Amino acid sequence: MTAATIQGELGALLERGLSRRAFLAFCGAMTTLLALPPRYAPRVAAAVTASPRIPLIWLRGAGCGGDGEALLRTAEPDAVSLLLESLSVDYLEILMAASGTAAADVRSATMAAAPNGYLAVIEGAVAGADDGAWHTVGGRAFRDVAREVCAGALGVIAVGSCAFDGGLAAATGGTIGASGAGVVAGGRPFISLPGCPVNAANLAATFVHFLTFNELPPADLRGRPLFAYGSLIHNQCERRAHFEFGEFVEAWGDEGAQKGWCLYKMGCKGPEAYANCPAVRYDDGASWPIGSGQVCIACTMPGFWDSMGPAFRRLPPLASFVPWLTADFAGQVLVGGTAGLAAAHGTASVARAALRRRRAARARVAPAADAVPEPVVAVEAPAEPITPAEPNAPPDVAPAADMPAADMPAADVPAAEGPAEDAEDEPEPGLEAEAANPPEVPPEPKLEAAPRPKPVRPPAAEDDP
Amino acid sequence: MTRLVIDPVTRVGGQLRLEVELEAGAVRDAWLSGTMYRGVERILLGRDPREAWLLAQRICGTCGTAHALASVRAVEAALGVRVPPNARLLRNLVAGTQLVANHAAAFFGRQLVDWVDAGAAVQADAAAAAEFARSLGAEQPIDIGELEIARRRIEATAASGRSGPFAGGPWGHPAYRLSPEADLVLLAHAFEAIDWRRRVTGIQALIGGKTPHPQSFLVGGMATAPPWAGPSKVAPGQHLWGTGRQVPSALTAERLDAMRTLVDDAVTFCEDVFLPDTIAVASAHADWAGFGRGRGHFLAFGDLPEDDADRPALLLPRGRVMDRDVGRLVEVDQSGVAESVGHAWYEPTAEALQRPAESGTTPRYDGPRPPFETLEGFERYSWVKAPRYEDDPVEVGPLARSLVATAAGGGDLPLRLSRAMALTGAPSDAAFGMLGRLVAPAVEAVVVARRMRAWLDELEANLADGDLAVADVSRWDPASWPATAEGWSIGESGRGAVGHWLAIRDRRIDRYSVVDAGTWNASPRDNRGRRGALEEALVGTPVVDATRPIELLRVVHGFDPCLTCGVH
Ligand code: SF4
Repeated sequence: MTAATIQGELGALLERGLSRRAFLAFCGAMTTLLALPPRYAPRVAAAVTASPRIPLIWLRGAGCGGDGEALLRTAEPDAVSLLLESLSVDYLEILMAASGTAAADVRSATMAAAPNGYLAVIEGAVAGADDGAWHTVGGRAFRDVAREVCAGALGVIAVGSCAFDGGLAAATGGTIGASGAGVVAGGRPFISLPGCPVNAANLAATFVHFLTFNELPPADLRGRPLFAYGSLIHNQCERRAHFEFGEFVEAWGDEGAQKGWCLYKMGCKGPEAYANCPAVRYDDGASWPIGSGQVCIACTMPGFWDSMGPAFRRLPPLASFVPWLTADFAGQVLVGGTAGLAAAHGTASVARAALRRRRAARARVAPAADAVPEPVVAVEAPAEPITPAEPNAPPDVAPAADMPAADMPAADVPAAEGPAEDAEDEPEPGLEAEAANPPEVPPEPKLEAAPRPKPVRPPAAEDDP
Repeated sequence: MTRLVIDPVTRVGGQLRLEVELEAGAVRDAWLSGTMYRGVERILLGRDPREAWLLAQRICGTCGTAHALASVRAVEAALGVRVPPNARLLRNLVAGTQLVANHAAAFFGRQLVDWVDAGAAVQADAAAAAEFARSLGAEQPIDIGELEIARRRIEATAASGRSGPFAGGPWGHPAYRLSPEADLVLLAHAFEAIDWRRRVTGIQALIGGKTPHPQSFLVGGMATAPPWAGPSKVAPGQHLWGTGRQVPSALTAERLDAMRTLVDDAVTFCEDVFLPDTIAVASAHADWAGFGRGRGHFLAFGDLPEDDADRPALLLPRGRVMDRDVGRLVEVDQSGVAESVGHAWYEPTAEALQRPAESGTTPRYDGPRPPFETLEGFERYSWVKAPRYEDDPVEVGPLARSLVATAAGGGDLPLRLSRAMALTGAPSDAAFGMLGRLVAPAVEAVVVARRMRAWLDELEANLADGDLAVADVSRWDPASWPATAEGWSIGESGRGAVGHWLAIRDRRIDRYSVVDAGTWNASPRDNRGRRGALEEALVGTPVVDATRPIELLRVVHGFDPCLTCGVH
């Protein structure tokens, strides 16, 4: 790409009211967030400026509306540019001028004018019970409207936890037969961005990926893009060092809280939640829940209101940590953006097969290691050419298991276990043990592939083991 | 007689359906229906009361902080917890941000295109528009160049036939009255408002980690802790990288400064853009003073406590104004609230009007199976219940709060409201209808934004004095709780009065009831067949063109109804 064309595109952008610096910063940030090499930034910039405005139909199911709110709080490009320029947001009930049949007409007009040429975004759950009578729009079941819209879509983006698996409406006590947007996607390309609400940065990155590569980003089996849901929160958390050294908040507002110590004992679910919150944070990187002193509630995980609750109950001490995927390592890749990193979670064996296909186009896979039956990390050489334009290309090397933990530099390997059963008695667990003990095989993740559980809620009383 | 259906009513929270009967070009009767149910109250049952606020917060993506606060306060009331002053200040800052941001979004994002013709704005001359902007009196932050950019942005979607949020709007409707220049300035301000609102909600992200759904509430206070100022317990060198390593607190001096900048920004925006714009719209529509007046009963639970007493002084006072008589403040407490499900899709209750503290309603849909054309002829027609205060249907929201504040006397709010209403040039009782609903939110936003500065100062002074407490943890351990307890809280979201009632048994939520602003305003008929506040206000509204009934949308959006909240 010549300088002149970049100039031309930027000129067009300035026309559109975006400052050059802000725009370049945005493209750089998106490239990093998507775990693409920095040299992709110009391509991202070109795609975002040159692409025709893709029409967007945003449907609101049984949810709180917080994901639409998150969209309106997008930092860069500012929401106005996103709404009016980068995309053509034709149908979004919280914002659109038309009401009633005029609104439905706008929706039909987009569908007719751009058959297989628009993106469908769904926030909120799909009410399935009783012919969908629990949620109607224009006298029709929301479920049917959503099916119709998805059927002609280029792709379906489910935003927020309710559109992921039913979320709050599907939690114990729910009556509306709520499920995620997958049930209405009708086999169209589908991606899901759980989170309560969705992180606007991840949504923007998903749009950018679509504009740049003409397809949705690579995802795991439940449709979660790997760039955002590939790593454990616990492994990227800024408080992780305190976890390792047994420095915990013991009571709200105590010395530990003031020093920003680990929230594990207060019930933090970071050790079981996969998301990029610690790296991307919220509101243009201002903060994130753990940064504000509150526990992570694992809002990106399946059925989290039941499976991850109660929010303030401490996780069992030997939680399924993934000891060799460290904060530093994951952070380096996510923040530096110099290599593709794919961390599978979910029922490992199946997810891995999908991952291999995805990964193959991106990188050479590290040598096999029999010792690690359920590998969770793929590490690639940073210099490896990456061809994101064809992420589904056949692998050029045999898929193999991933880099064993033993190959990791020792400095990257933290304590092999979670805190000892009673961390108070042993404030510095595992320092000596780390090199000697090969990491445990991570237990099969509890919830991923199974149908969404309706577990009996544990007693609400404090029941630390 | 024609029956007119608007579904979906867009630019409201949640799923709203409106059916009206028109006679001689005006509304003879109206029915509002919330058409989406989730059942948050039932999902809350059996859970840990300490996490109830997390679920209650998800009642609404816009007003969620109000529900989170209502929930922690209700649990605190049940357990007898008093939060420290710093927690009160932090909560006020989060709630104040929600309120200010909500009002701006309600006007610029949800209401504006009912009054402003985006199709005409494209014709505007940017220089003349800049002239108009200056005539609004205050310093306007937008120059000619920006107005031209805004004009082209609107042109790109409203006029060119390329779709976007302006597609299919009722452009050119005879009810539009503002000049193209005024249209352009207001829309340019709306773009500015979206961006400003994103910035100001950053206060919630700084205190609560994210927005929407800031996460640092806590039964007992706030999780947001001030930075540690004392010496480290651990000797240097004791371990490699844990020693003394402090994660920056959310309340460092820098963070507080960042918040102060955002608050100052909010004051400027509300005083120089938001309020003048609402006055400009209201003054151009003086004939609307008579529409959308409704029954004239206004209720405020009041909120934003200014001290830590048992019955604290409230920045937004509590009370009722009956029959538009602002000379008389009528007392309000939680026991006056009761709900009817006579016209809502729930199992009939034992009493025709059931108090929330005693209700445990079960959903039962007996409306038409989708797809359906109309709800006409159905006795029950909404997922919203019909709350009444001592048997009266009441209006809640920023207008109600301003009128209650006027009746209560004193304070900044009444003075500013009467001054702003005078500037509209409308008759003196115009405040009780549509024009009041336009102007009152902006006035309240100014008052609250200004007050937020003081809360920040107070918080900073407390921290400097060494008062670092943010939570009372004496009742954190469930072992310290009684076997059964009941609690409630009444307060305000941006959109109006919110109450939560709950009971705790064996350390779990045993009963949970929510009455929200959306429930009050978008209420269906009650046990005695009386319309809800918004239904009543719609009666008599003229409709010039039944295919483009923007007059109805003006009345609806004036109440800023939220149906995700209203149904919950
Ligand atoms: S337990 Fe939570 S606070 Fe502690 S290191 Fe893990 S994610 Fe961070």
